[in-house]
Amino acid sequence: MTTDHDSAYDSLADEHGGDARWAFGTGFDDPLSGVDTAVPDGVEPADLAAYSLMLADDALVMSQRLTQWCTNAPELEEEVALANIGLDLLGQARLLLARAGAADPTLPGRLAPDLPHEDALAYFRGPAEFRNVTLAEVDNGDFARSVARLLIFSTWRLALLDRLTSSRDAVLAAVAAKGVKEVTYHRDYAARWVVRLGDGTALSHERMSAGLNATWPYVEELFVSSDVEQRLAAADVGVDLAGLRAEFDDVIAQVLPPAGLVHPPPENTVDSAGRSGRHTEALVTLLAEMQGLARAHPEATW
Amino acid sequence: MVTTVGNARGGGAQGGTVSDARAIAESVTDPELPMLTLSDLGVLRSVEVSADGGVTVTITPTYSGCPAMDAMRDDLRRSLHEAGYSTVDVRTVLQPAWSTDWITAAGRAKLSEHGIAPPGPARQRAAGPVPLTLQPLVRRVSCPVCGSPDTEELSEFSATACKALRRCRSCREPFEHVKEI
Repeated sequence: MTTDHDSAYDSLADEHGGDARWAFGTGFDDPLSGVDTAVPDGVEPADLAAYSLMLADDALVMSQRLTQWCTNAPELEEEVALANIGLDLLGQARLLLARAGAADPTLPGRLAPDLPHEDALAYFRGPAEFRNVTLAEVDNGDFARSVARLLIFSTWRLALLDRLTSSRDAVLAAVAAKGVKEVTYHRDYAARWVVRLGDGTALSHERMSAGLNATWPYVEELFVSSDVEQRLAAADVGVDLAGLRAEFDDVIAQVLPPAGLVHPPPENTVDSAGRSGRHTEALVTLLAEMQGLARAHPEATW
Repeated sequence: MVTTVGNARGGGAQGGTVSDARAIAESVTDPELPMLTLSDLGVLRSVEVSADGGVTVTITPTYSGCPAMDAMRDDLRRSLHEAGYSTVDVRTVLQPAWSTDWITAAGRAKLSEHGIAPPGPARQRAAGPVPLTLQPLVRRVSCPVCGSPDTEELSEFSATACKALRRCRSCREPFEHVKEI
């Protein structure tokens, strides 16, 4: 590595000796390299792994949805913003998938025993093995619907991560502490767009309202803890989802009035349960796109 | 940001002291902000040399998804290998989380010289829930091209995870700003 290059890309042309890196951002190392991943006392490793997987899948699936805006966003600035938010969430997902794999090494996809945990878990599980909330997987819709979903998702996740910073699991606490800083920016971005569109033209208001109403049915599920989440919350390792509702409602109540939007009626809900592996068809097509290359070429390195 | 622990004589057959190893690690640059060394950026947390000459470097990620972290690990290993340290372990520490407040004064000056506005102080948080910010934050960021204080934010997101996009109202040049985190 020379120290006098002017461009990040100059280094691509350097000889890299024995280090496996031929293109920038590839040849990933274990993101938890050197981190103590001991499981806290009184917690089943399988529970900790399952819990980490839930939080990882929320971020991974949401990240994939956000990157689908690449080349499709209304303006270049928004495309860059959505891709950046997706990248932050992908980073959180990588750390959490690695945390899941370190807690329970038997967990990764049975089809790919030789891959790092994060790759095996991301690419070699089927839809029924994913544990993300349904909100993360539903189709993007138009830009208004996507920012409505991002507002709901990041408001919920920020409240969750903020509490997770005091987890007895040092890895989850550390991932959460970084995530809080990142998701704070995501929530502000989404909230500002909801206000701008809701308080904009008649057409933008109509589409923002429709986007919010189309997304709201997946809100109730966010506050229902699965058995694993209840056990880990009781052990001061995880977060009780029901306890996030007041903060969530408070933030939404700060956004809707300046946006001129009416709160969706509470009966606007569906029976969904992504945490138990029950998913919509939208996840199947999302995973087909996300996993296709890795499954077609399992031996490939890049 | 750099603390040094370990046997200062170190080296042995591999011929390096801890200060040599530290100097090498400190000089490795960020692949996305190549005007900054890892020391300038505040991600290099410690460099240790064991009695048998093995080097352990500890770094901390900037953003969770920053793809430069993997490149930094590779560059640290290669630079130290080239200097004769055959055993190099690059470890990650996640806590406490990196803040732009850790970018050194020298690092800030280099950012400005290269047309990137350095970050202001990170937001200090009061107790209670993280506050929502519906209006863009008023940041006093001077244009790194003409020096005018009259600049506006175009987006809190830009070409890399750590930067926002701004524009100068005086000279009209767009520029990047390392946003506070």
